[in-house]
Amino acid sequence: MRGIISFGGYVPYRRLDRSAIAAVMGKGGGRGTRSVASYDEDTTTMGVEASRLALRPVDAEPRALWFATADPAYLEKTNATAIHAALLLDSSVGALDFGGAVRSGIGALRTALDAKGPTMVVIADIRGGLPTGADEAAGGDGAAAFLIGTEDDGPVVAELLGSASATEEFVDRWRQPGSPSAGQWEERFGETRYGPLTTQAWKEALGAAGIEAADVDVAVVTGSHSRAVKRVSGQLGVARVADDLSAAVGNTGTAHPGLVLANELEQAEPGQTIAVVMLADGVEVLVLRTTDALAEFTPGLPVAAQIADGAEVSYATYLQWREMIQVQPPNRPEPTRPSSSAAARAQDWKYGFVGSRGTESGTLHLPPARVSIRPEDELDAMDPAPMADVGATVVTFTIDRLVYSVSPPVVFAVVDFDGGGRLPVELTDVEPDAVRIGQRVEMTFRRLYEAEGINNYFWKARPARSGQ
Amino acid sequence: MASHGIKDQVAIIGMGCTQFREHWDKGVDDLLIDSATAAFDSAGVSKDDVDAFWLGTASSGMSGLTLSQPLKLEGKPVTRVENFCATGSEALRQASYAVASGAYDMAMAIGVEKIKDSGYQGLNAAPAPHDGTKRNLTAAAMYSLVLPAYAARYGVDEDELRMVVAKIAEKNHRNGALNPLAQFRREMPAEKICEMASVAGRLSVFDCSGVADGSAAAIVVRAEDAHKYCDDPLYIKALSFVSGTGGGLIDPDYDYTTFPECEMAGADAYRQAGIDDPRSALAMAEVHDCFTPTEMVLMEDLGFCERGTAWKEVLAGTFERNGDMPINTDGGLKAFGHPVGASGLRMHYECWLQLRSKAGDDRQIDLSTRNLGLVHNLGGYPGEMVSFVSILGPELG
Repeated sequence: MRGIISFGGYVPYRRLDRSAIAAVMGKGGGRGTRSVASYDEDTTTMGVEASRLALRPVDAEPRALWFATADPAYLEKTNATAIHAALLLDSSVGALDFGGAVRSGIGALRTALDAKGPTMVVIADIRGGLPTGADEAAGGDGAAAFLIGTEDDGPVVAELLGSASATEEFVDRWRQPGSPSAGQWEERFGETRYGPLTTQAWKEALGAAGIEAADVDVAVVTGSHSRAVKRVSGQLGVARVADDLSAAVGNTGTAHPGLVLANELEQAEPGQTIAVVMLADGVEVLVLRTTDALAEFTPGLPVAAQIADGAEVSYATYLQWREMIQVQPPNRPEPTRPSSSAAARAQDWKYGFVGSRGTESGTLHLPPARVSIRPEDELDAMDPAPMADVGATVVTFTIDRLVYSVSPPVVFAVVDFDGGGRLPVELTDVEPDAVRIGQRVEMTFRRLYEAEGINNYFWKARPARSGQ
Repeated sequence: MASHGIKDQVAIIGMGCTQFREHWDKGVDDLLIDSATAAFDSAGVSKDDVDAFWLGTASSGMSGLTLSQPLKLEGKPVTRVENFCATGSEALRQASYAVASGAYDMAMAIGVEKIKDSGYQGLNAAPAPHDGTKRNLTAAAMYSLVLPAYAARYGVDEDELRMVVAKIAEKNHRNGALNPLAQFRREMPAEKICEMASVAGRLSVFDCSGVADGSAAAIVVRAEDAHKYCDDPLYIKALSFVSGTGGGLIDPDYDYTTFPECEMAGADAYRQAGIDDPRSALAMAEVHDCFTPTEMVLMEDLGFCERGTAWKEVLAGTFERNGDMPINTDGGLKAFGHPVGASGLRMHYECWLQLRSKAGDDRQIDLSTRNLGLVHNLGGYPGEMVSFVSILGPELG
């Protein structure tokens, strides 16, 4: 039976207190917090983080990588290839984008459950809207990744019992490419469409699974029409509707069914039935049952732990990060675009954070080198050294208030890796006055900057999160 | 295989140096013409007497045309050199070897930088095409790593050490205030520097070198020809250069309290010059005080004092103009300013004045017991740098 072999949710470190919106704007916002992707994150980098968490607990290798988001970092160019490179997947593993629509995330997941071979599905979103609007406050940023396959690929922790889809063309939510905000039709209209569609898909999925609604232990209900989501949640007839994470994270759109499902799986027992219902231009339903293997499964880093680990971002900084306001940049040249050919030659280093290690000396070279700094190593006597998952300790650090940055100041540290090796590296997700010598850090994949429309991806270090 | 040096084989017979400042009214051509003309006049020669030219500029022009066009040099070789902030010294090194080899009788080393036409603050070099993985950090921030590292290694209180390096800026401003060619001619008390906002680590803008336009030039001949042009030439005792492996960036043993490239260049220069104890042999040194902690560490790397003691020597006044070991008597990069390609030659210009007793009554150092000078000029960052050291003296032998 095909199902979920592994999974990981990713919640970015920053939180916007919704009450901060009205404090500045006089209206908008609400209670609780929403998650905020940092200025150096996009849906691709968050997808990498979720994928790394999903691959950490298992020994399985995907044979396909599918990426879905409503906020792609690139159009025209595939975004999944950067995730593919960061995960150091073999070139024979295909990487595809499922583009554009909020529905594409659940769609990719359902398609993978119907497909062949171990398939990594990565879904991510950055949700916003115009200042004071409902989308700004209710939205959240995040990602989730699922490795889908059969027992041949690894122990299945949740198998698919059945699924269904209901589709209809109606314009409820829409957004032109490049626009910072979505439009929404009068809410009551959408509700009249989502209600019957949910009833139809729900019934069909339960039938395919051969169960009754009362057999469902928990339903993950998400969607792009909050009123309809709320209404159908009460009508499914299930034992419990999952916490939708709206109090701390917000609605992460394309990623949301995955993020809420990951959170539920992390708390589930073997033998539980979990339904996923997603309302977006129709309805998608998945019915899953957790297996005994779930008891042996240790998440890379639970969603709950990530939610607990956040730190506040001011509303002014949030608006700046989302390019809702522009601030005066330092009078320094902006960074130049990376060379495509140079980046391609350095692919494993740039995307996978792979250095090299002298075969005789064992000395780590970051970036990888052909000639060692130790005389005992012969020319080219180097082994690849993947370092993305190796922890490190801050040896010394500095705060640079002069250098160009989208979000100054730059916090920079010299870090020594466990088992040997050193790199001077930029820190992120960090408060400048909280950095300490001896602090533990871990590597994270980020978008350093964009120049001439090219995203420059590389790695930074961040304070080690719990679970490390 | 050895670094033999060219001790006493080459002499400087004339030098020129423009004022270092924001020359809004002068371009690269003007600065080159001004310093070259001053050097020709100083040596009593014309441009036609010079057989070959080495032009140092980091980013103010490409190729020898940058010099041959404004000076209208007819049928002469001009080599443009670049070696980060040690560019000017590198030009002198190449010109000296050219005359020592016998290839030319007379050569000019000239350095220039026109920083202030960029429209940006600070020093900014255009990067070569890259893979986007190089660190994004100012030089100030890289050098700011020295302070906490030094404090930890030698058990010095960080606040006290911050004051120590501010004293270095204070000294260099005091020296610059007396120098008509210096960019900053105002004294700046260390206490005031400590009160300023930090821009990188604990460093303020007054811990950083001045950003200026300028040019400086030297004319060299073989030592045996020197007195044809000049009664008091300055002889080159040593020229050393070390370009590092960059290993300090990735070597966990590197602790940011020393610059090994500078120590190696110094040791090589002392060997070439036959100096055993630099502190007793040298009357002065011009060193690369790009940031105040740099000058402190260099005092140890160049052997002017024991490891871990430079901070005490700073407080004791050892490196003041009238101290036991005068350092940066012209104001250094801090107060004289730092037009990248010109700075190395500016340092030699100060030796040219001081070691020949031409610095003027208010600035002249004591030469009664020692008469050798050292120039140290580096480029790059802690962990990955190039370093130049020369030794000069007014007498042969």
